[in-house]
Amino acid sequence: MCPGLSHQGHRDGQRGGEGVVELGERLEYKKMLLTGDDAVAYAVKQSRVDLVAAYPITPQTVIVERIAEFAANGEFEGEFVPVESEHSAMSACVGGALTGARVFTATASQGLALMHEILYAAASMRLPMAMAVANRALNAPLNIHNDHSDIMGSRDSGWIILFSESPEEAYDRVIQAFKISESVDLPVAVNLDAFTLTHSAEIVRMLPDEVIARFVGRPPRRPTLLDERSKSFGLMALPDTYQYFKDDHYRSMEESPPSIRRVEEEYKGISGRSYEPIKKYALEDADVVMIMLGSYAGTARMAARRMRSEGHKVGVLSLGWYRPFPKREILDAVEDADTLVVMDRALSYGAPANPLMTDIITMLYEAGMRKRIINVAYGLGGGEFTEDDARTLLEYALKEGPRREFFFYYGGRE
Amino acid sequence: MKDPKLKPQLRFQINPGGWFEGGSSVEYTTNDWRLERPVINLDKCVGCLYCWIYCPEPAIIPLDREGRGPTKVEVDYDHCKGCGICAQVCPTKAIEMVREEVKV
Repeated sequence: MCPGLSHQGHRDGQRGGEGVVELGERLEYKKMLLTGDDAVAYAVKQSRVDLVAAYPITPQTVIVERIAEFAANGEFEGEFVPVESEHSAMSACVGGALTGARVFTATASQGLALMHEILYAAASMRLPMAMAVANRALNAPLNIHNDHSDIMGSRDSGWIILFSESPEEAYDRVIQAFKISESVDLPVAVNLDAFTLTHSAEIVRMLPDEVIARFVGRPPRRPTLLDERSKSFGLMALPDTYQYFKDDHYRSMEESPPSIRRVEEEYKGISGRSYEPIKKYALEDADVVMIMLGSYAGTARMAARRMRSEGHKVGVLSLGWYRPFPKREILDAVEDADTLVVMDRALSYGAPANPLMTDIITMLYEAGMRKRIINVAYGLGGGEFTEDDARTLLEYALKEGPRREFFFYYGGRE
Repeated sequence: MKDPKLKPQLRFQINPGGWFEGGSSVEYTTNDWRLERPVINLDKCVGCLYCWIYCPEPAIIPLDREGRGPTKVEVDYDHCKGCGICAQVCPTKAIEMVREEVKV
């Protein structure tokens, strides 16, 4: 742990009402060299979490180990429950959230798949909680490396789904996740790519404990199992009522963007770090735009930067939010582009298109925009994707070609 | 023409996430699920309460003892679904399952 976090001389400006922290004259950080997993564990420790129930799975293990360590050392105030499976982890989180506690879990790959059943319960019971997903490929063949097939399998469970691109962003997004979930009564999953983020150490500008504590505050009061007057939760709803609950859940997701934006803006106030639904790089006059999720976007931005310096009009758009899908923001950003390169790190077998491609093409159709679109499946099971790989694809997209195509891009050496 | 966007009004309030005040199933009657109704012959009933133990609802209501003697039972016909378990387990065959009359 870093005792230096109780910063001397830290000045956070005025305290706002309702847990709002306003930008002070000067922001102070503790610069730490942290892996993505470590960063998430620190975020949880600082966010005044009441309950962590988690089961270790590569590459999320370090998150759980670190929180267990914090708990053993008395640095973590909440309960740490070492459960026997991910199904139990999510079940314990549901139980915890029903008592009004702030809860967290983390998982990956097969672990997320095992949680699948309870993910739907947590979301449709409108329970606030945060989960870190260390995105890893699904068996078979067995593979511990990064792709997005795990979270895409849980895409329709009704969770808010956010993606991060660096250990610092994972740290920031997890802290925000608690506040987002408690303001919209939906659970939030924060994705961080296996190994490229979970096990790569980078500088994380950690905020002081007390600043985070004030930012997250305490969870707002909600109906709980512990209320004076008894309540029932997780009841059966027969055909006469089931649809009302689904309608309500669906609308809560549709109406969530302003609340998420508000939390991002408040976080900017305490950290100086700006988060938005999408990250735009060199899109203004771009002919070709590469659309991505997760950590390889940084690699693509490097390629785009070099190609821009050579006069090629290429840009990169990556999504910070995946659900709710930031339609308006993406449409505004790609309106003038001729060609989109949609990069999928998960497959949807036999579907009209892979997950991200399906979203993009639906969005364009609704807006009446027709563009050349290249859908690429890449980086599956940790498949390599270097700056040269991004360049290869961008150069390919700059040339004339079919209006629609799909291929596997293997990456790496020739 | 019916409005396809019409959302029928529910006869009770639902809460986001589906929680209810405790005891909500008391209000939710299930008597129309029943094909047969248990009818108890209190002359045969010895008050062993097997039916009360086995009833999954519970729709068997023990009657107050009046002084000494066995506790008798009655049926909560608002919630009995007519499964017939009580009739099966009754050691004195005091419960008969009678076909519900269909009103047309």
